[in-house]
Order: sequence, then structure tokens, then C-alpha cells
Amino acid sequence: MATVTAEQVQERVVETLASFGPDADQITRESTFEELDIDSLDLVELAQVVEDDYGVVLKGEDMKELKTVGDAIDLIVSRAE
Amino acid sequence: MSAAADTNGGGAPMKRRVVVTGLGAVTPLGVGVDALFDRWAAGECGILGGAGACTDFEPSELLSVKEVRRLDRFSQLALVSAAEAIAGSGWDGELPYDPFRVGCVVATGIGGIQTVENQLDVQRERGAGRMSPLGIPAQMSNAAAAAISMKYGLKGQAFAVASACSSGAHAIGSALRMIQWGDADAVVVGGSEATLTTFGFGSFNAMQALSPTGISRPFDARRDGFVMGEGAALLVLEEASAAAERGATVLGEIAGYGSTSDAHHLTAPEPSGVAATRAIELALSEAGVEPDQIDYVNAHGTSTQLNDAAETAALKRALGEERAYKVPISSLKSATGHLLGAAGAAEAVVTIKTLLTRIIPPTLGYEVPDPECDLDYVPGEARPLVLANGHPPVALSNSFAFGGHNVALVIKGPQPTPQS
Repeated sequence: MATVTAEQVQERVVETLASFGPDADQITRESTFEELDIDSLDLVELAQVVEDDYGVVLKGEDMKELKTVGDAIDLIVSRAE
Repeated sequence: MSAAADTNGGGAPMKRRVVVTGLGAVTPLGVGVDALFDRWAAGECGILGGAGACTDFEPSELLSVKEVRRLDRFSQLALVSAAEAIAGSGWDGELPYDPFRVGCVVATGIGGIQTVENQLDVQRERGAGRMSPLGIPAQMSNAAAAAISMKYGLKGQAFAVASACSSGAHAIGSALRMIQWGDADAVVVGGSEATLTTFGFGSFNAMQALSPTGISRPFDARRDGFVMGEGAALLVLEEASAAAERGATVLGEIAGYGSTSDAHHLTAPEPSGVAATRAIELALSEAGVEPDQIDYVNAHGTSTQLNDAAETAALKRALGEERAYKVPISSLKSATGHLLGAAGAAEAVVTIKTLLTRIIPPTLGYEVPDPECDLDYVPGEARPLVLANGHPPVALSNSFAFGGHNVALVIKGPQPTPQS
């Protein structure tokens, strides 16, 4: 797989999270999932998108550690390398 | 005192009265109770192309992105109906009772079948690993009750009830009992259904239940099956003295509830209507109402050969032939099709509106009499409600279901205020 950039991942994550409810311009790397009202069910759906797009498998235990959007982006980028 | 059941000096709880303070609906006649009742009373029909779809309902205009994504259509319809009912009750964003004393019962006959169908497509095309984590929580039958409970902070008992086409009426009966015996002071209650799907049409067609002509004309000799509709209706019920204490506008009273089962056949009603009769008698008895005090009957009236004949027979048995021939009877299903699990709730809503407005909407499309259905089904156009026995006006609303489940509700119009 071609290398994915952090920018590409960020764009895809923000787009996906925005489809779950929060406004896209409200979503930054520093946003916490709690303040975006993104819960565990949303994160499972995000993981499905990430697996489809980047072949990165995120398990429940991976997701539990994630507090912010930046945490998720960094994890995806590190696994995709 | 509303925090617990009243007692009459001993330890035994005393049965409390239950009034209706809010109404909401989304139906094939439009979004809102006024669209439902006013259009039906005007003789308008919401059935198009053999189905009663809620074509005016735009979920994205009425609900948040998250609500639209997370809720099956049946829950979306229920949530919008609940918003209207709760606003109408004057709760104004704040519950007038301890949240643990407010329940929520939302019936559905089928549940989130569109979600099931969509997720089965995903499973077959992309594998089980790609199914949505929202699949089960969206399709579960209690999803509508859960959504309403969460949105409005209702922390009392919340659940679904299911009895096919009697579900909505069973929900109201359950809520009535909760308040009567002190388990709750208020309940947001109703029914919802959204089964205009491949499975819904395919399955009902296979059992030859749907009208091949696509016309819902209950009690007419030409009736040839029901027309499937979708929609939701919700009511706010409150304990009568608590509602009075907070100055609520009372729209009506759920005065009697009776429920029986045919124990006869999976889908066909027992033809003599003996169990249905019993349900009506139980409801009348609880309400303390004699048959000659019934001013209006909102029929189950599905437009199937068997139901309409059996319901007619049951009305004659329960009310006596003399009253049965005199009382005006009409069926909402002539205007909306059959809302299945929402039907009993939508019919309770229009029954309350009939008692409030003193206007009886007609059974649309009724023209050709059937010797087996020879009562007054209010053909043609709406007519004024004539009170048989003074105030308040009283109506009976029937629901009968696949499985042989019968429910009768006796609903009273609001008592005139002592000052007036």
C-alpha cells in the first residue's frame, strides 16, 4: 500500500466523524470524543472505515485508549506505516 | 399527593384516574395531529399507490444528524410524534414530575425491519464484519422508547410492547395501569411502525392480506384486504389530580381498558367475536359506562373481509343490537391505511380529537353495504357528534390483531370545568 500521510488520514477521519453528527469545522486534533459526542458505537464505525481505506485493524482495546481525534489519527498513521 | 399511590386508609392502593394532556402524530396524512385529524375529517385520504406512506415526513428537517443515523424510521417517527405530544402537554422542556415517576411505553408490531433488511444486504455482500454496530440498537423493538426516554430524561419504566395490530392500544393499556396503580405519575405512550419495505410488502402479500386494488374501504362489501401504512402516534398520560394541580389542559381521560385473546387462529379473527366482545365489556365495565352512553366507536375496521364482519358481530354483542345500530362508527384506516403497531395509538389520538371537536370523521370509500356489516359506519362525510347521554362524551376504540389479541379502550372527553 502506498504511504499514507497524516494529512490524508486526518481529512478522512474528520469527514467520517462529521458524518456521525458534529460539524466538520468543530473537529480538530485536540477535540475530545466526549465533547464531540462521539461514543464507542461511533468509534466502531470509524474503525470499519479505517480498515476499508487503510487496511488498519483497530480492536476494542485500541479504541479504549483514544481520547482525542489526534490520538486516533496518530494511531492509524503509525499502524499504516 | 402524587409521589406514590393513594391509599384509602388501609394499605391497599386506590386506583387513580388517568388523563390525556398531550397528543402527537406522524401519519400518511402529514406531520402533526392537526394534519391527521383535520384532513381525515375533510375526507382526504393519505393512501397513494396502494400504501399509506408518510411522504411529508423529512427526518433530516426534524431530527439531528445523530438521531437520523442512529434511529430506524420507526423510531424517527416516534421521536417526532413524542416531541409534539410533550410540547402540547406544556412540559416546556422541564418535567413536572420526578423523572423516576415518568415512564415511556412505545409499541411496535414489527420493530426496525428496514434496518434488518439493510444489514442483511451488508452481511451478504460484504461479510458479517462490515455489519453496522448500530444494527441491533436500531432494530430493537424498544429503540423508540429508549430514544424518547434519553431525549427527555424519562427515568421511569420504559419499554416496548408488541401485539401486532393491537400493539398501540396495548401500550396505552399498560401505561394506564402504571399510573392507575401508582408505578408512575405520567407516561409518554404510543406506537410506531415503518414496514413499507421489501419484507413487509412481500410477506403481507404472500399471506394475501393486502388489498389487491390498493383501496382501504372498511365495512364496504367490496373490501378486499388492508392497505399497509406507516406512522407513529404518541400521547402524554398523567395522573388526574397531579395534572389538575399543575394546571394542565386535559384533553380526555382513558377511562377503561379491556384485553382478551381469541385463542383461535394465528391470523384470522374468531368469527363470532366472543373474545373481542369480552374485551369491550371489560373496558366498559372499568369505565363505569353503559352501552347506551357510548357516543362514538372508532373501529379497528381494517378493510379485510374477516375483520370487519367479526368486529361488527362483536359490537352487536357488546353494545346490544339496539345501541350498535344507533352508534356512529368510523375507521381511520380508510384514510391512512393500517398503521399496524401504531394503529391503536393513532386511533386513540383521533378518538380524543373527535370527542374534543365533536366532529366524527367518515369511513372513506364506504358505499356498498354488506349484509354482514350493517351498522352506521358514517359514510360520505364528517358529521357532528351527538351526545347520547350528556357530558362528557364517551367513545370506544377497538384494536384486534394477528395472534387473536383484542383490545378495547373507553375514552372520555374532558370533564367540563367546575367554574364553567
